[in-house]
This record gives sequence, C-alpha cells and structure tokens, in this order.
Amino acid sequence: MRKQKDKLYRTLLWGSAFLTVAILVMIVGYIFFKGYRLISFDFIFGDYSPAGGGGIWPMIITTIYTIVISLLIATPIGICAAVYMQEYAKQGRLVNLIRFATESLTGIPSIIYGLFGAVFFVTTLKLGMSIIAASLTLTIIVLPVIIRTTEESLKTVPHSYREGSLALGTTKLQTLYKVILPSAMPGILSGIILSIGRIVGESAAIFLTAGTVAAMPSSIFSSARTLTVHSFLVTQESGDIELASAVGIVLIVIILVLNLSATFISKKLNKADF
Amino acid sequence: MNTNGIKVRMNNSTLVQEPNKEVKISVRDLDLFYGEKQALYSISLDIHENEVTALIGPSGCGKSTFLRTLNRMNDLIDGVKITGNIMIDQEDIYKSTDVINLRTKVGMVFQKANLFPMSIYDNVAYGPRMQGIKNKQELNEIVESSLRGAAIWDEVKDRLKHSALGLSGGQQQRICIARAIAMKPDIILMDEPTSALDPISTLKVEELIEKMKKDYTIVIVTHNMQQAARVSDKTAFFLSGEVVEYDVTGKIFSMPSDQRTEDYITGRFG
Repeated sequence: MRKQKDKLYRTLLWGSAFLTVAILVMIVGYIFFKGYRLISFDFIFGDYSPAGGGGIWPMIITTIYTIVISLLIATPIGICAAVYMQEYAKQGRLVNLIRFATESLTGIPSIIYGLFGAVFFVTTLKLGMSIIAASLTLTIIVLPVIIRTTEESLKTVPHSYREGSLALGTTKLQTLYKVILPSAMPGILSGIILSIGRIVGESAAIFLTAGTVAAMPSSIFSSARTLTVHSFLVTQESGDIELASAVGIVLIVIILVLNLSATFISKKLNKADF
Repeated sequence: MNTNGIKVRMNNSTLVQEPNKEVKISVRDLDLFYGEKQALYSISLDIHENEVTALIGPSGCGKSTFLRTLNRMNDLIDGVKITGNIMIDQEDIYKSTDVINLRTKVGMVFQKANLFPMSIYDNVAYGPRMQGIKNKQELNEIVESSLRGAAIWDEVKDRLKHSALGLSGGQQQRICIARAIAMKPDIILMDEPTSALDPISTLKVEELIEKMKKDYTIVIVTHNMQQAARVSDKTAFFLSGEVVEYDVTGKIFSMPSDQRTEDYITGRFG
C-alpha cells in the first residue's frame, strides 16, 4: 500500500515535470513551424516596408534600445537601493515598508505602468511617444525585480566575509566593493536576466508609451515599435500568424542569446579567481 | 614606547625572557550590554606584551564577546553598549582611536576559516592592498613573509594563484593567520581558532601560536582547556560575564584560588 502510494506520487511529480517541458516544446515548436519559412537574411536585416514583405530590422533595433536603456537606468539604481536596504539601513519598520512596497510593485499588471508612463513620461514630461518614455516606464517595471534579486543574493553572502574583511581594517565601502558585491554578482546577474525577459516580453506598456511607428528610430526620442508590439499588431491588423510567428522566433533567439551570455558571464565570475 | 619596544626585542633576545613584560592592553571596569541584557560585568585585566593570554569558560560566558571588544567587532551588532575603558598602548580605543586604525593594529582570526573566494595570494594581499599598497614587489614580499610567518609558505608557494577555498580546513585557518599577519599588527585575537580543525591541524596551529608570540601579543579564546594549558602564559577564567580568576596559566591549572575555577577545569561543569 505504501509502495503504491510512493509510486503514485512519483508518477504525479514526473507528470508535472513532463507537462511543463511538453508545453514549452509545443509552444516553441508551433511558433517555429509556423514561422520558420519567413526567416531569411532580408527578413532579419531588411528595412520594414508597409506594403508588406519587408524586414524587421527596425523592430530589433528598437527592442535592443529599450533593453539597454532600461537596464542602464534600472541596474545601478536597483543595486544601490538593495545595498542600502541590506547593508546600511537599520532594519526596522521603514525598511520593511520599502520592502513591502517593492514586492507589491512586482504584482501590478504592466498595463497600469503603461498608463502611468503615458500620462507622466509622455505627457507631463513632454517626452512624447518615444523609446525613452518606454524605457523609463520599463525601468519602473524591472526595478523591483532587480532590487529583490539583489537583496536576496546579498543575504546569501556569508556574514563571515564581512567580518573577515572589516577585521582587516577595511572600510565598509571597501568591503562592499571587494568582497560583498563580487560574491553576490551571480545573483545580481540572474536578476538582470529576469529583467531582460520582462523587458522583451512587455507589450502593453510599450504600446502605450513608445507607440507603433514601424520605422527605424532616428534617436531615442523617436516613436518606434518593438518586436513584441510588432508581433501583436501584425496579428491584430492582418491576422498574419506566419509573420507573427517568425517575429516570435527572432524574439526567442534574442532572449536565448542574452540569457546564455549572462549565464556565461556569471559562471566566469563565479570561478572566483579574480 | 611600544614602537621601539618591538625593535629592541628583535635585537636583544634576553628581553624576551623578561618576566615583567609591558602591559599592552589594559581593561578597566568594562561593562557590555546587548540592548537591555548585560553580557560583561566590570571586567578589569591587563594583557602583557608578547604573551599568549587564554580566555576560557563555558559557552555563553562572555569570553568571545570580550575578545571582540578589543578590536571593536561588537560595533557591527546593533544595540551594543559599552562602558568602562580599554587602553591599548595607553590609548583608549573607544575614544581616541579610529576603528580602522585599531583593526590594522589588532588582527583577528575567527572560529571558522573565512577566506574570501579569491586566490591564496589575493587573500593575503587583501589587507595591504586596501591600505593602498600597490607596488607588486612590495606585495610579493608581504605575501611571502606572511605565509612564512604562518608556517604555510612551503605548502602553498606553488599555487598562490589558485583559489584559497580549495585548501584543507587547517591550511585555510593558517592562511587566515597569514592574512592577519600581513597587516603587521601588534596584537592578534583568536576566537577558538582550532575548534573546527582535526587534531593534527590543531597541533600545527598551536605550534604556530607558540612561535608567533615573540612578535605579537596574542589573545586566544578556547574551549579546549588542554589547549589553554599548552599554549598560554596567562589564563582568564570567565563565568557568566565576569572574570572569576586571572593568573599565570600554570597556577590556574595547578592551584586555582577560586573554587569555581577548580570545578570548571576539573570538568565538574561547562
């Protein structure tokens, strides 16, 4: 009887794991088979033509712009905030309140952020529908993610490292830069990877702040269209699932490359012979 | 007086044998509170230069807490309050000395080896580098002499660039000692440095302590009474936050003047 129960649970656990993988394979497979015929050099590196048949190079560039700008702003702010809360601030009500606030921020649907961005960055700050307005909005979206993961990874740095360093007559700042942050780096990087995922995957907030102009952006103040927004609009306007899937393939490849390179960097850092 | 004191000793070995060594650390009426809870009760004792002073006593008696007041590591804990004073070389370390300078002068070795995830070389060179020493030649010399001072140079000289975390526990602890020596401190505090080590590594560390006392003043917390008897010149017996007895080690272990000390060292409690 107990053995059967054991077997049953094992099957259930295995089933859940299998289901997860199966769903992933199915989605990726579906998108791939729907879209792979459109993938070509011209499709990826060609300029967009409104008449149809053009490439998606402007959208790839716009996507990369939003990733880079958002991370450039969010990463330093996020890391500093986490370091402050974890290493400097006196643990108490205020810090707990900030922590609660950041946690709540992660749960808010992105369309709300998009509306805020449309009102504040686009209208009040007069940035207009632009890559910069979208990037600032995305910064707010990923900031809690970076703060949370950085804080968690700072928590895993052994207290003995801090003691060991301070006992050698170092300042708190030296200890932070030379011992604590390097040890927390893998965790911080995984937060950045998660953020990239959120940025690339975001469509609603970008749609409301960067607009949908399907052309090569001339600067970060131009309105432009990211890959996800493109994918959405293509499906919406022409119902062209094949084209949307091809865009999806490009997106998946971009995320995969970014993730693998981040993992690679994190492994390099983790080898610890710095 | 202490700065040239070291030089004199190095040149004149007869002085090392002097029984009346100078007072290096002088503690008077030290009380320590963790928030409301008092952990140390009016501790007063003198620690002499170039001696090994052992602090013994049951768990929670305050010996580690006391040790950590000497390099102000307790400052890291929120809500610690200290009254009374601790003078090192006639300077009150809680009033006139800057904590960074204090910790370069008073090194510390912890219970568990806490090497950083860096190479052996970088671990030992860490402190000097943070002091602003950049010259490669100078760093090489410091690293070598520190590792020699910790009696581990021959074991690691061929793999200085390898991760320090690949070494055995005993080796790691001796690298920790080398890391402390690299700061050229006057005093080295050791908080149960061998409690996580096997007997052979323990023996090596004890031999090292014996050798080191000609250059440093050593204060060691230990759970192991044989260890205190083996390595120390003076022993202080702590109980419930008070120093019950402080005397020459031989006397503490052969004819303690307090009944509680006798009970503890004969294993009746603790």
